[in-house]
Amino acid sequence: MADLIAKTPLDGMEVKTIGRVALVEVDLGVLTSIAPFAGQAKALGGAFKAAHGFAWPAPLRATGKAGARAIWFGKDTVMLAGPEPDAALNAYAAMTLQSDAWTSVTLTGADVKAVLARVVPVDVSAAHFKRGHSARTQIQHMNGSVTRIGADSFLLMVFRSMAGTLLHDLERAMESVASRG
Amino acid sequence: MRLRCPICGERDVREFYYQGAAVMLERPAPDAGEAAWDDYLHLRENQPGDFEELWSHDAGCGAWLKVVRNTATHEVKSADLAAGGKG
Repeated sequence: MADLIAKTPLDGMEVKTIGRVALVEVDLGVLTSIAPFAGQAKALGGAFKAAHGFAWPAPLRATGKAGARAIWFGKDTVMLAGPEPDAALNAYAAMTLQSDAWTSVTLTGADVKAVLARVVPVDVSAAHFKRGHSARTQIQHMNGSVTRIGADSFLLMVFRSMAGTLLHDLERAMESVASRG
Repeated sequence: MRLRCPICGERDVREFYYQGAAVMLERPAPDAGEAAWDDYLHLRENQPGDFEELWSHDAGCGAWLKVVRNTATHEVKSADLAAGGKG
């Protein structure tokens, strides 16, 4: 079979720095949505921790660290980003491979909160939205996922088909914030 | 207008999709008869005032919510998971 070359949604875009914010495309590795079978949520949480070594996230939270994260992704759904899911989880949950279905970027810098305030309708200030907090919400008009991964760093995810729109919307917001000095 | 999703907290209405009367949760038995099904599918009181309705938190957690809203004032009295529980 031909040796195919996988392209990331933003095709390995170079780091975009505008003002005091940097936009970087990230390859999260294997993405698997994990949805517990009815009544199995608690057992799944235990099995997940035993298999992967970090906690199953509560709603509106993300656990793990760069390279292996579990991000709450909606009602009864968590996205495992990084490792292949342990086969032991098959007994408790429906798992769906979604690696090539999402565009993932990080937005980092001193003005990141001001940039996000222009595109996300939830309050991401540190008092309400700490490291490890996550939300399913809108990024401009796109349904997406927003997770704080550092003091001034966020992981944003939207459907792969919307990569160009995400880039456009974030660039505009970054330019708008930068123009105000 | 803002709705308080039991899972996500208070969110802007742009994140939600409106479905209609919450009577859709009370599906008659398959053999309930024509009158019951006609009523379930087509007949609504449509009175102003407090109204139970279904909203989907499309751009958030994806849950279906049963919302009590006053159709005259838009005051939202409550929002609970249509599936029950706390999510």
